[in-house]
Amino acid sequence: MFPPIPNPSTKPATPKFGEQDLMRRSASSVTPPAQRQTEVAKLIDVSKCIGCKACQTACLEWNDLREEIGVNHGVYDNPLDLTPASWTVMRFNEWVNPETNNLEWLIRKDGCMHCEDPGCLKACPAPGAIVQYTNGIVDFVRENCIGCGYCVKGCPFNIPRISKVDAKAYKCSLCSDRVAVGQGPACAKACPTQAIVFGTKEEMKKHADGRIKDLKSRGYKNAGLYDPPGVGGTHVMYVLHHADQPQLYSGLAKNPTISPIVEIWKGLTKYAGLAAIGAFAAIGLLHHVVSGPNRVSSEDEQNAKRLAEGGSR
Amino acid sequence: MKTSEIAPGDEVHRGNPVTVDRYTAAARVNHWITATSLVLLALSGLALFHPSLFFLTGLFGGGGLTRMIHPWIGVVLFFAFVGLFLRFWRLNLWKSEDGTWMAKLRDVIAGHDENLPEVGKYNAGQKMVFWLMSILIVILISSGFAIWDQYFSEYTTIDQKRVAVLIHAVAAVVIICVWIVHVYAAIWVRGTISAMTRGQVTGGWAWRHHRKWLRELVTSKR
Repeated sequence: MFPPIPNPSTKPATPKFGEQDLMRRSASSVTPPAQRQTEVAKLIDVSKCIGCKACQTACLEWNDLREEIGVNHGVYDNPLDLTPASWTVMRFNEWVNPETNNLEWLIRKDGCMHCEDPGCLKACPAPGAIVQYTNGIVDFVRENCIGCGYCVKGCPFNIPRISKVDAKAYKCSLCSDRVAVGQGPACAKACPTQAIVFGTKEEMKKHADGRIKDLKSRGYKNAGLYDPPGVGGTHVMYVLHHADQPQLYSGLAKNPTISPIVEIWKGLTKYAGLAAIGAFAAIGLLHHVVSGPNRVSSEDEQNAKRLAEGGSR
Repeated sequence: MKTSEIAPGDEVHRGNPVTVDRYTAAARVNHWITATSLVLLALSGLALFHPSLFFLTGLFGGGGLTRMIHPWIGVVLFFAFVGLFLRFWRLNLWKSEDGTWMAKLRDVIAGHDENLPEVGKYNAGQKMVFWLMSILIVILISSGFAIWDQYFSEYTTIDQKRVAVLIHAVAAVVIICVWIVHVYAAIWVRGTISAMTRGQVTGGWAWRHHRKWLRELVTSKR
């Protein structure tokens, strides 16, 4: 068992991180602080999850979200997908393991992975609408969001959702407000089986090691940690019993990276585009300076007059 | 009979200097609606294209409004351009003299119009601007719909949106460059802008730059 984070004191506390701890800020350059805060992480142990959805409820409650009343689609997934109000959903998959012929119920809590190299932030055109703190939390700052949906295109995990109500982007904040006062995310607090635990990234990796050893001893020889290097690692990690096949868990990406199209769009195109526009304008200016205006001469006017009045030429 | 170089409304008036009607009032209004839309689209688009130009969103009342209004201006531009296309496409068809004109690009750039073949209402450069604008506007509106998430987010996958947003950005850069060529040419070749402001050019201008067109107008009047 991982020791749970004790309840907070009731006295007001100053946040442990804020503006001064920004590592990245969308569409702006920031100088990151010399000292990085200890990286935090949430560890989701899929093998311990019982699919109770306490995490979903806790998320709605803490973040004061109201999901629309849905309908039963005939599956456990409810709602069927992430929405602007449901920042986390449990995804259920029934899988028959061909090696053991056992039915395995693979339940994954989906939500923002808090990438070390966040694609949403890279794609965002609005200064300060997406920020990354030095502890690894990637947060959306709603008042700066313009609702363009570029983050949706940047994200390798298909996480952000744009609200039809206020046209702004929503996703899991890793309960940055709770973490700032020394608490863990609401979902971790609510989880009855400790399938969700929260701590420093190092602690989480160590805890995961113990869990993976345990799973291996029970015959899950491919058990492992999901901390994909393609996005520089994540601050939400999974312990998977079948870490060699993450796709089994309702399509978890095997080797997620920021799409190369997004990299070209936000890299080369951005600079080459402005350079091309600047070059065209500069060439025009230069041409005018060098060769001067192309003027109609009085001879041209005389010729036109002769032509119009029936003279031949 | 050879295809005519004359559009409805084109007419020569004797006088000193000779004046030539080049664009009707309707064509000019149509042009300026398109032009205004294009400029507003470029400003709002560039604001979301590069962070250093984000301040341009201030012209549209902030980032959210810029994002909301940009696609609607695009719709206005599209329909306005359809109007221009229907007016101008026929006289912008490629002719044999256009190849010769292009081959003498050096003389074009140097302003040696006397070495160039006589051309009709439009020269090869103008025709290229016309066709590039046409193609690029179709590319921009179709890729634009794919990323107009407010109304059409369900119709495309995220992968398609990524491709669309890249195509949209590249096409926008190209069309801004084409626009710079278009505006610069109008400024450089003196006497051109009056064609789109008052609808008229002088006979000398037509003689110098579009002699085939002028000859046909004179002949048709007789």
